[in-house]
Amino acid sequence: MTDTALTSGSRPIPWGRIGWLLLLGATLALGIWHGLLPWAADYPKPWVLPLAKQITTLFKASLDTLMPATRAFSAVLQVPLDFAIGLFAKGFPLGPGPDAPAIPRLSWIGIIAAVTLIGHAYGGRKVAAIAFFCFAYLAVFGQWNPAMLTLALVAVCVPVGALLGLFIGVAAYRNPRFDSYVVRPALDLLQTVPAFAYIIPILFLFGFTPVTPLIATVAFAMPPMVRATTLALHRVPAEIQEFGAMAGCTRAQLLWRILLPSAKPTLMIGVNQVIMLTLNMVIIASMIGAEGLGFDVLFALRNQKIGVGLEAGLAITALAIALDRLSQAAAEAKPALYRPGTPFHRRHPHLLLGLAILAATTLLGTFLPAFAAVPPEMTVTTAPVWDGLVKWINVNFFDYFEALRTFLLIWILNPVKLTLLNLPWLGAVLLAAYAGWRLRDKGLAMLAAGLIAFPALVGLWDKAMITVYLCFIAAVISCLIGIPLGVVATRSRWFDRVQQVVVDTLQTLPSFVYLIPVVMLFRVGDVTALIAIVAFAVTPAIRYTIHGIRQVPPHLIEAAIATGCTRGQILWRVQLPLALPEIMLGINQTILFALSMLVITALVGTRDLGQEVYIALTKVDTGRGIIAGLCVAFLGIAADRLLRAGAERFRRRLGIAARAGMG
Amino acid sequence: MRRFLAGSGLTSLTALALIAMATPASAEVPESTDPIKIANFDWTGAVLNTKILAKILESYGYNVEVVNADYLASIGTGLPTGDLALGLEYWDTTAKEAMAEADTTGKTENLGPLGPKAKEEWWYPTYMKEKCPGLPDWKALNDCAEAFSTAETAPKGRYLGGPVTWGGFDDERVEALGLNYEVVHAGTDANLFAELESAYQRQAPILLWLYTPHWAPAKYKGEWVQFPEWTPECYTDPAWGENKDSAYDCGKPHGDIWKYAWAGMKDKWPVAHKIAKAYQFSDDEMNALIGQVDLDGKSVDEVADAWIAANQDKIKGWAGQ
Repeated sequence: MTDTALTSGSRPIPWGRIGWLLLLGATLALGIWHGLLPWAADYPKPWVLPLAKQITTLFKASLDTLMPATRAFSAVLQVPLDFAIGLFAKGFPLGPGPDAPAIPRLSWIGIIAAVTLIGHAYGGRKVAAIAFFCFAYLAVFGQWNPAMLTLALVAVCVPVGALLGLFIGVAAYRNPRFDSYVVRPALDLLQTVPAFAYIIPILFLFGFTPVTPLIATVAFAMPPMVRATTLALHRVPAEIQEFGAMAGCTRAQLLWRILLPSAKPTLMIGVNQVIMLTLNMVIIASMIGAEGLGFDVLFALRNQKIGVGLEAGLAITALAIALDRLSQAAAEAKPALYRPGTPFHRRHPHLLLGLAILAATTLLGTFLPAFAAVPPEMTVTTAPVWDGLVKWINVNFFDYFEALRTFLLIWILNPVKLTLLNLPWLGAVLLAAYAGWRLRDKGLAMLAAGLIAFPALVGLWDKAMITVYLCFIAAVISCLIGIPLGVVATRSRWFDRVQQVVVDTLQTLPSFVYLIPVVMLFRVGDVTALIAIVAFAVTPAIRYTIHGIRQVPPHLIEAAIATGCTRGQILWRVQLPLALPEIMLGINQTILFALSMLVITALVGTRDLGQEVYIALTKVDTGRGIIAGLCVAFLGIAADRLLRAGAERFRRRLGIAARAGMG
Repeated sequence: MRRFLAGSGLTSLTALALIAMATPASAEVPESTDPIKIANFDWTGAVLNTKILAKILESYGYNVEVVNADYLASIGTGLPTGDLALGLEYWDTTAKEAMAEADTTGKTENLGPLGPKAKEEWWYPTYMKEKCPGLPDWKALNDCAEAFSTAETAPKGRYLGGPVTWGGFDDERVEALGLNYEVVHAGTDANLFAELESAYQRQAPILLWLYTPHWAPAKYKGEWVQFPEWTPECYTDPAWGENKDSAYDCGKPHGDIWKYAWAGMKDKWPVAHKIAKAYQFSDDEMNALIGQVDLDGKSVDEVADAWIAANQDKIKGWAGQ
């Protein structure tokens, strides 16, 4: 209804637009003359709900009853974690003290050979080469020991996260109400609340053990697995289900023997996501007790050892890329078929060879130290080069960076910030509600209004506005950079390859690594925060644009060529409009990525919600952290829902447009 | 970077063998084979202290686990619950509130000062003295506000403060002393040193919050600004000092660095408790050790082993033998 009013102008009076104008005008007026309705402009302090304090008190009170259960749980998880750490990193000492005899850890040569073999088994030579070079990097650059500690954490997190996600996903699939009222809201929160916010309660509950970072990591990395599971099960064709029912399967058989195997490709995408997110958490996990690469990155950067930090950070990236490619190859690999009766060693040649090499090299390691640990003579470091490079740039080009920074601050950042800080809270809430109503219905209007009003209710309005300002500008810049890059990538093959490497690196290299050089060149403040956010948030803008343009049906492009369109016309008139819904989803993801970087921006001194969460963390204040975290989550969810509704509306409109064009 | 390498190099083995020979294992030590968990923080001094004490305790047969922990969370939750047994560096300057709260729980024990004095104050590199000859006296700051300014703070000077989480009352200090400066808060201390390194490389103006014991005052030549000496009254009583209507018209407090233990440690591992309680360093000793790691590029293991090998008598004294 509203669609037609907006697009065709068939009605004489465009009420929708008049509504927008009226609301905007009223909001602006309130913003300029704060005296008009003081309580609508600045949220009155006495109205602030003391939710944070109540949560802290409640949490502390319930701690004694909860702790025995959570501690028992962490003791159970400790067993596989200890095993993995022993296997990959530390060996199994047979007595107390550092000199006690021990069963050795796996040999580094054996592990490199094993991952190369896995790569070969699933993905042929190419994947084998990637796995080999990534793991060789760890050895050659002296990162082997911390990397194996990190790998041990990953080796436990991923199965736990994947299985937990699978079970929750299955339960959600079987019970749609449970799905829409419990699982989905919980996932939305887990994916948008900054990890720092739930670290404090997790520390209280599970204690300072190596299991605590594991639990925090699983909480962070599991949601995509749940989503992938429900999606995969819904996508299993009805015929297959019916076949199972006809064959007389029980409910459990139907699930385990029929549904899950046929859903395997999508499930493996979920597993892949769990792996990547696990590696994303490495730094934060190291703040609460995880050993490994994350701690090394933090420690190096605290001491201004940029080169060392970069090498450790790239080790995380190397690990991520190797595991990503291996798991993708495993997801795509087709199971080989054998005649019945083929002996085991014929069916699993890679597996047996890999195990044999691991055993042999590890045994050799007990006699030859070079097999047990990477010999120090073999390692190299490029750290001085990086330190020198940063120094050279700093000494020679600082003035240019300073000029750019001042320009950005004075002409773009500060004006937007001031505008948003003067925005009356009631106006913002009403605008959000109106947008929700125009884009979909009353339900969305209520939701948007509630979510936007929450920061005001708990007295964090100003910090929320600074958050909005940073994320908004970062999202705009990310789109201005990312969408054109995505378009270029669809038209040039070599550029596409380059961008893949760059995007992978940006997504997995911990931001801390480039944060320090950026601080050196741009000083502490909002510009540095902005650069850190954009470096991360630009990735979905690129990826979704490529995806959107690639999925434009080829026959439409052929039709455009047949009618004599130029390349430019095809792009502007056919590809981009049809890719718009995907691009809008990309923008949506860009905003969510930007919000997820708030934790990092807090570390460069912004005064936003991220800082509030960070303060809560350092003050061990459960309630304060949760409330600030919820504010971030609610802003993210509001933006997400509104943009999705917008994208859907576009899609519906395009559906009509496309059909008309074809007719 | 290879701190966690089990048995890295021969030096550590020989050092440990030395101790093992020197200390006859008494029958009752270790009293419990449960791991003694020591909180490890992410600055060099703390990493060194943790490592040295861990190695000493291990030489007595204890099972020691070094746990990377968040600084304030470790004393807020880790020590009171017994998840952690020891934390060696709680600074008066940054953890005073947290320590006071831990004291009220009765579940932690203050093991006394570590030794080095914590100092935090406004700091500038020596080359800034040419542009601002009146320094280090704080009264000279206003004359050279321009020299310390940047495009967006001019004509005010720019002072780079610590992370807001450190507190420090710099905004209040600027107000109370009528300083023509804008306080910019760094988010983490890594950023403080990034800006310092950047400015120092270019010999550019900078005025910021530094602290010792730390490698920075050793690596960069510079001085502390001299504010009126801190007293408790300065922070509480507006009538005190320069500005009669305002508190905070003085410098930052100095203080000690405290060791904390879980209250149960005393009964569970009495000898380890005794050693931890006696464990102490002087200012100079600590700074020298930190310098060896951060400036000379030695590994933490190496430095810790060398110190232990050279200080056998001291260690025996701590254990009361």
